[in-house]
Amino acid sequence: MQFVAEVGAASERSVAYVGGLAQLFGKSLRLLFLSPLKRSRLLQRAEHQAMAAGVGALPIISLITFFVGVIIALQGAYELQRLGAMQLVASLVSISITRELGPLVTAIVVIGRSGSAFAAEIGTMRVTEELDALETMALDPVAFLVVPKFLAMAVMLPCLAIWSDFMGVLGGCVFGIVSGNFTFGSYVIATRDALVAHDITTGIVKALVFGLVITAVGCQEGFSTGAGAEEVGRSTTSAVVISILLVILIDLVFTILFYLARGTA
Amino acid sequence: MADAVISASDLRVRYGEREVLHGLTFEIFHGETVVVIGGSGSGKSTLLRTLVGLEKPFSGDVRIKGVDIGRASAREMDDIRKKIGLAFQGGALIGSLPVGENIALPLLEHTSLKPTTIEVMVRIKLEQVGLSGFENYNPAQLSGGMRKRAAFARALAMDPEILFFDEPSAGLDPITAAGIDGLILDLKEAYSMTMVVVTHELASAFLIADRIILLDRGNIIAMGPAQEVRDSQHPRVRQFLDRVADTTQDDDVDHLRMFTEGLR
Repeated sequence: MQFVAEVGAASERSVAYVGGLAQLFGKSLRLLFLSPLKRSRLLQRAEHQAMAAGVGALPIISLITFFVGVIIALQGAYELQRLGAMQLVASLVSISITRELGPLVTAIVVIGRSGSAFAAEIGTMRVTEELDALETMALDPVAFLVVPKFLAMAVMLPCLAIWSDFMGVLGGCVFGIVSGNFTFGSYVIATRDALVAHDITTGIVKALVFGLVITAVGCQEGFSTGAGAEEVGRSTTSAVVISILLVILIDLVFTILFYLARGTA
Repeated sequence: MADAVISASDLRVRYGEREVLHGLTFEIFHGETVVVIGGSGSGKSTLLRTLVGLEKPFSGDVRIKGVDIGRASAREMDDIRKKIGLAFQGGALIGSLPVGENIALPLLEHTSLKPTTIEVMVRIKLEQVGLSGFENYNPAQLSGGMRKRAAFARALAMDPEILFFDEPSAGLDPITAAGIDGLILDLKEAYSMTMVVVTHELASAFLIADRIILLDRGNIIAMGPAQEVRDSQHPRVRQFLDRVADTTQDDDVDHLRMFTEGLR
């Protein structure tokens, strides 16, 4: 009985948490259009965030997705070789990268770089009374801090996902050429034939949602920081853990939806 | 006297179940400097946070320039906040912005002044608090006293009608603390602003105050002109002013309750 009660309480907390995220997103959306703050300054802050969270992540995301591309090609080749279907490596890499791994790896790198940073930044501002200071200056912390982050991430995550698609395919291509089964030209053609626009758009839609979720969780954790430096560490950790969990969950839901939609089409 | 700029009636504030302010009623008038003194845990910081709208009253009301801030809409509250300045105890400067931009922030967000005008205003404010030339320093590079002064400059940025100070001289050496008191007196003379200062430093309280409100465990136990409070014969007031430690628990039952509270 105790166990059932605990499961019930935990589920209730989870639903409330997700409700909190939705509320933060809703408030940000409202403040984006009805902001009491100046639009030009808002865009400036969003640009600043986009540089830090998006452009700053380019090198590491390029490197990781390139390697992921090589790994998928290698793992695929291992099986495909036995079937004598090495020419399918290109489609295996391009489809698994664009539909799944590109956006997912991007999201996980961004969680580590930016989701944690959002929680730490806002958490520290809570501890040092900077959030209170913003409020007494009639600068709503959500309008001032969160809205630019949402804007930046909503734009940058899809862009990063497209870039990581490209780098992943490039990784597969390098393997294809080195293994001697492809030339650069033939790999590109094989990739083009394997991909349909739908593969790329599903990845981009997922990346957009991941971006919003990472921002919401990072900021929410930051705001819920209690007193003291230890609390900032706690918020940062939970921002990362919760973001990864939610991103994977959402990925699962999206994949199921896309799968069902494909079945009926 | 003129209309009250700030008025509170039967103001009660709670943190969860615990009531911190037990029904405070007072008025603060235009141009006067009111110092709220009290020991740790007396509720003076809570009172300050309530006056600027960071805490909501549980019951009773607080009016600033006639607006009930417990029930004001976000927009009304923003309008009020543009007319007040608050210097936080630790400064609470935005750590990611240099000092100059911290002071420029409210001007950039709330006014349509030209950037060059704002730059001049920032320099004037910094000069007023004795921090000329520190525009480009990061808050982390300043000493505690300088951070407090930078926070004053930011509180002054919008030329507020009411200035609030939270523990302006706490944690500072006597010379720096005297400098801060001098600064408050200068501001009082120069702008005839309404100022509310929360402190536990008696010397500085009597130096700068027109009127004093003495808080004790969430109640006002003395209120009036500085001299009147200084001469008060109320035992708790005397204890506070004469710096006498709490030696005996004044109520044995209360004392015992402290150990058993919350147990079933």
